[in-house]
Amino acid sequence: MTVMLPLKEKDKPIVKKLLSAGCCARCVLRFCCVSVQAAYRQAHQETLKELQAFIKEKETNEAQDSMPQTSTHEIIKSHDAALSLAVEEPPCKRAKPDPTETDGSESGSAALVCVVCLGILQDLCGPAQAKKIAETVKAENYQFDTLVLSVSLPAQLCVREHSCWLHVKKEVREKGLVLDKDDVIQVKEAFKWIIQGLVTKELVGVAVVGKVGRIKTLKAQPVDIKLSAYQLCLLCFFHFSRHYPCPPLEASSGCTPQDIQCLHVSVFIAGRYNKFCRSLPQTPWVIDGERRMESSVEELIAAPILSAFRADGFNFSSSGREDVDVRTLGNGEFLLLYWMVLLTQTINDSSEKVKVRDLQIVTREAMSRMKEGEEEKTKSYTALVWTQKAIEKEDIAFIDDIKDLTLDQKTPLRVLHRRALAIRQRVIHSMNARFVDPHHFYLGLKTQAGTYIKEFVHGDFGRTKPNLCQLLKTDTDILELDVESVDVDWPPPIPE
Amino acid sequence: MDCVDQSNANAEAPSVIDRYYTRWYRADMKGKACEDHCILQHSNRLCVVTLAETHPILQEGRTIKSINYQISNGCSRLKNKVSGKSKRGAQFVTDFAPLCRITCSDETEYTIYSCIRGRLLEVNENILETPNLLIEKPSTEGYIAVILPKFEESKSITEHLLTREEFEGVVSKRSVSQPSS
Repeated sequence: MTVMLPLKEKDKPIVKKLLSAGCCARCVLRFCCVSVQAAYRQAHQETLKELQAFIKEKETNEAQDSMPQTSTHEIIKSHDAALSLAVEEPPCKRAKPDPTETDGSESGSAALVCVVCLGILQDLCGPAQAKKIAETVKAENYQFDTLVLSVSLPAQLCVREHSCWLHVKKEVREKGLVLDKDDVIQVKEAFKWIIQGLVTKELVGVAVVGKVGRIKTLKAQPVDIKLSAYQLCLLCFFHFSRHYPCPPLEASSGCTPQDIQCLHVSVFIAGRYNKFCRSLPQTPWVIDGERRMESSVEELIAAPILSAFRADGFNFSSSGREDVDVRTLGNGEFLLLYWMVLLTQTINDSSEKVKVRDLQIVTREAMSRMKEGEEEKTKSYTALVWTQKAIEKEDIAFIDDIKDLTLDQKTPLRVLHRRALAIRQRVIHSMNARFVDPHHFYLGLKTQAGTYIKEFVHGDFGRTKPNLCQLLKTDTDILELDVESVDVDWPPPIPE
Repeated sequence: MDCVDQSNANAEAPSVIDRYYTRWYRADMKGKACEDHCILQHSNRLCVVTLAETHPILQEGRTIKSINYQISNGCSRLKNKVSGKSKRGAQFVTDFAPLCRITCSDETEYTIYSCIRGRLLEVNENILETPNLLIEKPSTEGYIAVILPKFEESKSITEHLLTREEFEGVVSKRSVSQPSS
């Protein structure tokens, strides 16, 4: 099928110049800012024919123009003698024999590798390539609903692109027009327009959206450029052309695809966990390469998930990092795990120390919800308190009446090595005391998130004020601490 | 919840200090008799500078008249402002850096020294308001300062300090040579 190319009279000089320079048909379209995707999807030989026809039209004032299917030898005339060396062997090797290419494509340049895209938009985006991608995806045996395609191109391409653009810009300016680099269609974009549809056809039932399988292309021929590609592409014609020719040098061979990788996008899992053991740290506790305590909440939860999902890695984020010696009971802390999915049973069966619940896949936005929860939620604790002076039931009765007690907590010494020194105001909403014996009682607390309970009880060298020692007028210490609940509704509970 | 299964309810459970800190001592600081300092080193390497129980300030029912953190014309420990996790802006102190000067009501004056190298994180402002804290609770609310040694030096800083046992040895020798106190 032929698509009517949306080209205008003003595009003619650009088309001419680019074809002479050795650009393939699709790259010509790109520099003409053609954004009609169908134009790229048609066979590039067809497009080339149309382009050639286009510039032949109304050639009344251009009697001298020769047919634009020239070899790239023409461009050499305008360059230094030194460069002509590069042309000694007329390149006629194609990057990859494309079985779908018909013989109708005789014009010399169709057989040559495009000087800008190095064949990527010529033969590396055809049905054969699409098939290869599809096969790789199928072989990896993932289950998915959407596939996202992304491509990595060699840096050399952007140098060639810049070179071509400078080449054309000059021409365009002479005619009083403007060609903004941002309007030029990117190679990557055109590539995806072409190949996405083809890959979709091969993977029936899956919508190809934008990026997942990665195709790495490798330049077949290194080019000696002293500045980095990025730096080069910022240069104006005058400076650029001292390092690299405008238009770009022809290439004796095009790109070859390097490999196709399938990557899993991040999966976010949220849930709640309980810690039933007082000697289990949140994260692996390693000092100087030596593990100080066996296992951790993070490892116990993540391990079964990683294997179930064949994930390469994970990030464990929890709202509420209780100390090693604190148990979390009740609804548990909620956690957010990237890169994983899990069967709750697998985790729960694998260890007595940690249990999870309400695991569910959530979105990336869930992260911010969890962080919000950290600020706003309240938590309930029970602490076993020791008092130096002997107490009686009546001595602790007043505790039940304390409401919304505001504390000024300086950063506790036990975390000051890794946190900034600051004074944080935190509220204890309510408390209750349950007498045990003259030197012990259970203290229940409902506090604002982020309150340091231990420091409230023992005072942390007087750096948390007010503290329980002051309230009870005796030295106090905390022997045990349990988290009773985290008062937040997220993530939503999953019925068992 | 687990019950308290142990001992005598009157027995003192190991205190916060016993559980998380190691006591180190510097005796006769700067050659001055009995001006002993006690450094409480947390397992996270932070050090709290305190007076050892043998320090003269804590003897003979002294009371404190004033505490001054201005140790020289150009330097006040109160002006020490640290920011961020890396504690930028902290004054760097060495072993013999003075932290504060304490004047007792009997006009005796004492200088408290850092005893270790590191960044000065904070000095205790509570004792400015309530100097009595220093006398009553020298090891806790009456602390002098908090210092963060360099990570690489966290072990080596204690090389010049005495362990509790060593310190007790030093102290007991004093009572032998000086019959009264």
